[in-house]
Amino acid sequence: MTDIAPDQDLTAVDIDGALDYLKQRFPDAVREDDREGYSGIIVDKDKLVDVATTIRDELGFNYLSSATAVDYLGISDHMEMVYHTYRISGGGALVFKAQTDREKAELPSLVPVWKGADFQEREAYDLFGIRFEGHPNLRRILLWEGFDGHPMRKDWKEAYYEQDHKPFDSRWPAGWVHRAEERTPYGKNVRYPDNLDLSRLVDVSEEDVYQSLGLGVDVQQLDSDDIATERLLVNMGPHHPSTHGVFRMVVTMNGETIEKLEPVMGYLHRNHEKIGERNTFLHNMPFTDRLDYISSMGNNFGYALAVEQLLSRGARYDAPTYRAEVIRVLMAELTRIVNHLWAIGFWLNDLGAFFTPVLYFIEERERILDFFEAVAGSRMMCNYMRFGGVAKDLPERLHSVANLVNDKVRDYNTMQYLTELITERIPRTIEELEEYLSENEIIKARSIGYGYLSPEDAIQYSTAGPLLRGSGIPYDVRRAEPYSIYPELDFDIAVRDEGDMYARYLVRVEEMWQSVRILKQILPRLERTQGEPIMAGKPQHTPRVPLGEAYGRVENPKGELGFYVVSAGDPKGPQNPWRYHVRAPSFINLTPLGLMCQNHKVADIVAILGSIDIVLGETDR
Amino acid sequence: MDLQQFQDTEFPVPTELQSNVAITSLSKLYNWGRRNSMWPMLFGLACCAIEMIATASSRFDLSRFGMEVMRATPRQADLMIVSGTVTKKMIVPIVRLYNQMPEPKYVLAMGACASGGGPFKEGYNVVSGIDKYIPVDVYVPGCPPTPQALLYGLIALQKKIDGQSLANMDDVPWYGVGPSEPTPVPILGPDIIDPRQMHIIRQQAERAAQGLPAGVRELPAIPQPEKKKVPAKTGQGAAAADGEMDPAKAERLRKREAALARKRAREAAKKQQGEG
Ligand code: SF4
Repeated sequence: MTDIAPDQDLTAVDIDGALDYLKQRFPDAVREDDREGYSGIIVDKDKLVDVATTIRDELGFNYLSSATAVDYLGISDHMEMVYHTYRISGGGALVFKAQTDREKAELPSLVPVWKGADFQEREAYDLFGIRFEGHPNLRRILLWEGFDGHPMRKDWKEAYYEQDHKPFDSRWPAGWVHRAEERTPYGKNVRYPDNLDLSRLVDVSEEDVYQSLGLGVDVQQLDSDDIATERLLVNMGPHHPSTHGVFRMVVTMNGETIEKLEPVMGYLHRNHEKIGERNTFLHNMPFTDRLDYISSMGNNFGYALAVEQLLSRGARYDAPTYRAEVIRVLMAELTRIVNHLWAIGFWLNDLGAFFTPVLYFIEERERILDFFEAVAGSRMMCNYMRFGGVAKDLPERLHSVANLVNDKVRDYNTMQYLTELITERIPRTIEELEEYLSENEIIKARSIGYGYLSPEDAIQYSTAGPLLRGSGIPYDVRRAEPYSIYPELDFDIAVRDEGDMYARYLVRVEEMWQSVRILKQILPRLERTQGEPIMAGKPQHTPRVPLGEAYGRVENPKGELGFYVVSAGDPKGPQNPWRYHVRAPSFINLTPLGLMCQNHKVADIVAILGSIDIVLGETDR
Repeated sequence: MDLQQFQDTEFPVPTELQSNVAITSLSKLYNWGRRNSMWPMLFGLACCAIEMIATASSRFDLSRFGMEVMRATPRQADLMIVSGTVTKKMIVPIVRLYNQMPEPKYVLAMGACASGGGPFKEGYNVVSGIDKYIPVDVYVPGCPPTPQALLYGLIALQKKIDGQSLANMDDVPWYGVGPSEPTPVPILGPDIIDPRQMHIIRQQAERAAQGLPAGVRELPAIPQPEKKKVPAKTGQGAAAADGEMDPAKAERLRKREAALARKRAREAAKKQQGEG
C-alpha cells in the first residue's frame, strides 16, 4: 500500500492510489472487494455518504455514471448497490459497493451527493425493493404503485416462468413446446399473489403520481395581485404526439407557466434485465438492438465490449481483429448520423415544423439503413456484433431486399456506395440542414435561452451525450476512456457553452460533421483490411464466461451507454449473466427534466424534451 | 375516378353511358369511400413505430392509400395501428383510447410484440398480444415488419373492408341499433386485472385460500416424439447393421436423457416439497 503524501493533489492520483487513500482514510468502513474478478471497494453502509462525499470532493470523481443493484441470492445472500464514478476530465472508473441484507434491504441514499442517483435509486427500489433512506421521492418508477413484489429479485418469478436459464429443457433437446398462455388459468401473462384481497381492488397508481406533486386538488385559485390565474394540473401523455413514444409528464401550471414537472415512465418497461438474466450471453445481443432502437449498432457495440472485458480474463480469448474494429466504428458512426438526423428532425416537429424537415432526413436515413440491411440482414434491428468481432463481413456488392421498383440501390459495389454516401450524400444533407435551420429565425427565437442546464448541474445530474456537451463539458467516452480504434482516429469533441436547446442542436450538427470526418478515415482502413478476418478465433455460441463483473461503456449518440454484466454462480464459468444492467442515457438524462422546464411555458416543455432526445425503449427498458 | 370498378353486372348500363353513370350497391360505394380514407391514429409504442413512421414518409408513402392523415386524437381516427410492445401499464390507456374511437374502427397489430408478445413475451410487465384485450383485424408479423409488410397489412385491411356489408349486421357490429358496449378497462392491481376475468380470479383466489395451487395450470402430458431405439451396449456391429447412429453418439444421447430425467425428477421433488 502506497502512502499518500499530505500535499499531493488527490484529484490527480490514479485509481489504485485513490482506493488506497480511501482505505487509509476509512480503515473500518472500507475494504477491498477481493471476490474473483471484482474490483473496487466495499463500503460499510453507515459510512456510505461520507465515503461518497470524499470520493466526489477530495478525489475528484465527480461524475456518477451508474448506480445499480445486484441480488446475490444463493451465492452470498445479500443485496448490493454498485456505483461507478468517473472524473469528468477522463480516465477509468472508481467502483464502490454497499451491501445490505436481503430481508431488510436498506441503504442510505446518495441523492444528496449526486442528484443523478435519483432515478437510479428509484429503479433499484422498484425492481429490487431496496429502501433508500433520505431519498426525497422514493416511489416506484417503472412499475406502478401496488404492484406485487420486486421483480428483479432472484426469487421472484414471472407468470410465464419456465426455468431459470435458457435454453429451456422443453425446447431443447426435447423439442416440445407449450404455448405460454396455457400455463396460467387466465390465458394471460398475469400472476396474482395468493393473498389477493378481492374486496379491495383499487387502482392506486394514479393517486400516487399526483400525490408526488403535492397537489390534492385539480384546480385552485391563486391569490395574486395581478391577473388571477388558475393553478392547473395537466397530464401530457402517455399517448401524446410529442412525447416521443409512451412517455408521460404531469405538470402543475400557474396559468401557462410550469411550476413543477414530474416525469412518469414505465409505459414501455419490457423487462429487459429480467429476460437478460434468463438468456445466455449471446442471446442478449438481439435484445440490445431493441434498447435504443434508432441506434442498434451502437448498443451492440457496448454490450460486446462489456462481455469481451469479462472474456478477456479467461485463458482462451482472442481480441477482436483490426478489421472487426474498423467495421464496428464504421457502423457506430453511421448510426450516430442516423440518430442525430432523427433527433433534430423530431425536435423540429416539437418546435412546430411539423414533419416537413424530418422527411428529408428520413430519406437520408433510408440510404444508411439500406447499407445496414445489406450487411446485417435487417434495417433496424441489426444484431450485428459478436464477442470478438462482427457477424458477417461487408458483402462485395449491395443488394437491398427492401427495394421498391423506383429505387436505385439494387446492385452496387459496396465500397463505391459507401464512398459516395460518406463523401457526398451525407455531407450534402448536413450542409443543407445547416443552411436552412441553423440561422432560422424561428428556431433561434424558440430555442436560445430555453431549457438551460448549467455545467455544474449537468455533472451533478449525471447527464451524458449532447446534453452534457451542450452545457460546456467536453466529456466524450471515445476520448475520456477510449475504446476500439478511436485513439488512432482524428476528431474533436463537439462542445458548446450555452447550455440551452440551441446549443444542443449545434452540438448534434457538429457531431455529425465529426462523424463524417471519422468515416473518411475509416474508408482507407476498410480498403486496406479487405479480406482479413472479421472474427478472432472461432465463433462461439455459448462461451463460458469467467467469473467477475464488467462495465463496458460506449459513447452512444444519446450519451454514455453502459452495460454492467456480472458473471457468477457456476464456478466453471456460467453461460448466462447473473446480472445484466443497462445504464441507459435516455433514462438518466431525464433526471434534470423538471429542473430544465421550470418557469417555461407548456409549448416549450415538449421542445425541451425533444432536445434531450430520448428513446423510450431505452428509458424504460 | 374509374367508374368501372363500381359497375354492378346485374344492372347493365348502356356502353355509351358507362363513363358517366354507374349502377352499384350502397355498400360498395360506402366501402370504397371508407377504405380509401382510413385515418390511422398517430400512436407509436415502441420500435415498430419507427418503421411505421418510415412507412408514412416519402419512400414508402402511406398517402397512396389515403392513409396519410394521422390523427393524434382517437376521436378522429378509424384505425389503430398498435405498433410495438404493449405493456401492462400501457394497456390501460390503450383500451381507453380504443373505446374513444368512433365506429367503424379497426385495429392492426403491427409486429411480433403486438401480435403475441414477441421477444419480450415472458416479461412480467408485457401483455402477450393486444388481442387479449381488444379485437384485432389484421396481424402483421415481423420484428419490426418492414414498411412493405405494413403496407401489405394495410392492403389486407382494405380488402377486409371491401368484404363488409351494410346489410349484414352479424358481419360488423356497428351498423346495429345503438352504440356497442365499450371494452372494460383493465385495472392495475397487484398485477393487471381484466374485469372480464373476475370469475376466474375469484375461483383461483378461493383455491388459494384452501391451500391448493392457484394461478398455475397443470399441463397435459406431452406425447413424447417416438425416440429412435438407442442400441444397447451390445457392441458396434449391431448398431452399424441397423444403419443407426454410431454408438458413441448414442451413448452421449443416452447419458443426456438420463441427466435430464434426473433433473426433472429433482425439480418435481422440490416442487412437491414446496407445496407440502
Ligand atoms: S415486434 Fe420487434 S420491433 Fe416491434 S415493438 Fe416488438 S421488439 Fe420492437
